[in-house]
Amino acid sequence: MFPLIRLFPTEPRLNILAARTWLLCLSALLLTGSLVAMGTLGLNFGVDFKGGTVVEIRTKGPANLEDLRSRLNGLGLGEITLQQFGSPTDVLINVPQQGADTDTDAQVAAIEKVKTELGDSVAEYRRTEYVGPRVGSELRQAGLLATVLAMLAIALYIWFRFEWQFAFAALLALVHDVVATVGFLSITQIQFDLATLAAVLTIAGYSINDTVVVFDRVRETMRKYKKGSVPGLLNAAVNSTLSRTTLTSLTTLIALIPLYLFGGEAINGFTAALIWGIVIGTYSTIGIAVPLIYYLGIRSDSVAVPSKQEAAKADAS
Amino acid sequence: MVQIPRWQYIFALVVVLLGLVYVSPNFFSRSTMEEMPGWLPQEQVNLGLDLRGGSYLLLQVDVDSVFQEQLEGIVDVVRSELRRGRVGYTGLGRSGNSVVFTLTDPGQTGQARDLLRPYLNDATLRIDDTGAGTISLSDAAMAERRTRVLQQSIEIIRRRIDETGTREPSIQRQGEDRVLVQLPGVDDPERVKELIGRTAKLSFHLTDESVLPGSDAIPAGSEVLEGDQVAPNGQPVRYVVRKRVLLSGDNLVDAQPTFQQGAPVVSFRLDSIGAARFADVTRSNVGRPFAIVLDDKVISAPVIREPILGGSGVISGSFTVQQAQDLALLLRAGALPAALKVLEERSVGPGLGEDSIRAGETASVIGFVAVIVFMCAAYGLFGIFASAALLLNLVILMGAMSALQATLTLPGIAGIVLTIGMAVDANVLIFERMREEVRQGRGPVSAIDVGYRKALSAIVDSNLTTLIAGLLLFNFGSGPIKGFAVTLSLGIITSMFTAIMLTRIMVVFWLRQRRPQALPI
Repeated sequence: MFPLIRLFPTEPRLNILAARTWLLCLSALLLTGSLVAMGTLGLNFGVDFKGGTVVEIRTKGPANLEDLRSRLNGLGLGEITLQQFGSPTDVLINVPQQGADTDTDAQVAAIEKVKTELGDSVAEYRRTEYVGPRVGSELRQAGLLATVLAMLAIALYIWFRFEWQFAFAALLALVHDVVATVGFLSITQIQFDLATLAAVLTIAGYSINDTVVVFDRVRETMRKYKKGSVPGLLNAAVNSTLSRTTLTSLTTLIALIPLYLFGGEAINGFTAALIWGIVIGTYSTIGIAVPLIYYLGIRSDSVAVPSKQEAAKADAS
Repeated sequence: MVQIPRWQYIFALVVVLLGLVYVSPNFFSRSTMEEMPGWLPQEQVNLGLDLRGGSYLLLQVDVDSVFQEQLEGIVDVVRSELRRGRVGYTGLGRSGNSVVFTLTDPGQTGQARDLLRPYLNDATLRIDDTGAGTISLSDAAMAERRTRVLQQSIEIIRRRIDETGTREPSIQRQGEDRVLVQLPGVDDPERVKELIGRTAKLSFHLTDESVLPGSDAIPAGSEVLEGDQVAPNGQPVRYVVRKRVLLSGDNLVDAQPTFQQGAPVVSFRLDSIGAARFADVTRSNVGRPFAIVLDDKVISAPVIREPILGGSGVISGSFTVQQAQDLALLLRAGALPAALKVLEERSVGPGLGEDSIRAGETASVIGFVAVIVFMCAAYGLFGIFASAALLLNLVILMGAMSALQATLTLPGIAGIVLTIGMAVDANVLIFERMREEVRQGRGPVSAIDVGYRKALSAIVDSNLTTLIAGLLLFNFGSGPIKGFAVTLSLGIITSMFTAIMLTRIMVVFWLRQRRPQALPI
């Protein structure tokens, strides 16, 4: 058999707890940066949440964005923005909502105008999406609700399976990951639409995975060595799970990176958010969640008694 | 954990076989599948509109206007009936979902009740001691009316879309007053939107020649309507039209586009009641113009030259051939009971759909191969087991998608790729645990046993949390995002099965055959 690749020393000796102040400062910086970005740059809301129309066209030759932009903005339909979308012949045109709420006729007329102006420079209308303001605000509310519910449901589940310190730390780590991901979307100005929101929700569900793995080990270690110092036991738990915490994220990244490179422009932002969120989630598991349970005052005796069922299982082995 | 009960072998075998059976139709063309015996599953994966191209329209039915119209009718009845019965009243009008008025003499309450009762139908009338009266539509009646209007709208939309020859349209009610229309493979959504967006309420009226459209004194029974044509001054031509409907689109039994003196026109045929009424009206109004009104616009106002007795006629106007065809189609399909508004539209051309499928395929294959290479490099033989389980995971996932007829969208493909990455997570957890146990001096059998057992709770916990997020996404998401939630959630379930049960069976089988002294991990 060929030699197996080992990415980590057999027994890593990271002293996470000693670095806890620095790690928390780093995260505080990350979160502040994210919040400042959200406050100043805001999010680049897509048509799903903002309302309006987006048209994706393929031009016959390489598109002359300057020319198209000035022609379309001469129509008096508000600020029409254009952007290259993948290849040089593909252009994404954003037409703002026309007139009042659900004034469909005005919107249809505006699109007609745009299409007439574009005339025969267009080879193919690849996609048209219109979202009225009412649906836009409904989607915004539903999205926010789903994200909050998902985080609460996950924390509730962790609470059900672990002690409250774990659940609370997990919830904070989740909020950390979600805020940092939304901050990333704000700084990069990646379009925030339904797909990127789905990515944020997925991050919430996924980034908790390695947190659970570490917590599981923390509990196991604490039950085994009741007398050890808490920082020592936490460090031991982090180090013995370090390879699997990072490798599981690595396998997922290995699958996602080709998706980012070859999956097409339409899901690029979505994949970028997922990749960032997975990296951040792994960092927050080691750097945030574990120090947090220390701060929340976990002690060996708070996890000491395994349930009867587990004790019976342990005997059986 | 190295002792596997027989039922687990059987269960695993059955699931894998079912996966293979259900995934197989995807590898054959539809025509080949039709020749297969009927008891074999024939369903292929259902592609979403973003992959196969097509239109998604979310429409709102303006049910409120129907209620307002009904209330307006009640106001008219109250006005004419109370006047006829010489009952004095003030403040007659609409207020929310009721009609309100006040009797000047509360003593006439009984009289007012008797006058109005025959017209109430499903509305309720209340008049209190001070003479204040309200007529309100009951909640039950309104709900029933709403349902009926929606059903009618869906029916009319379906008829119109069927006329355009779209295959497999899906038209569903959504929520209180919305209709979701999904049209696979439609590449001209504008035309479809124009067709289903028009109310197409047709009516014939006499014109009122006693006043000019610009006059201040339009008689109560008449109204000014704009015409289709434009006058020399750039304004649309206006007509004074009597409100009374001589004949409405309900009386039409057929309408066809045709030509008259080289111009496109629409010929129509009336039912027997309509024909009789049309004959009467035309007989007594020879020489006078009548207006053909479509959605509050006068299409044309021809002069009646002779009585039309055969129950058929021609609508002429300044039509293009396409317009004449569309008008005929709309008249055949019937009028919508209420106006429709487009709340949301998503249309994808066939070119983009094909590109997305290709991009998704490329990304999945590369991701899959990269993960396999990594797993084999990191875990050797056990990595091969995990890769085999991963391949079976994809088979079972696609089989489940086909069997459940779930819709595969572009984000759904991303969900599959994510599942590929996450499925081996479980194996990484197990294998890393085994390495650790080996380091602590356990023998192969014991290391495998402990590795699977101790990793299990972490795997289940972490997968369930992701599943929670997936289910919430499914609940709130629409269209493409639902597709992501479906593949993610199904993928988590199938990967728990393949990554834990299947790899364990493989590992145990290998253990029994080889009886190794040390684990190659």
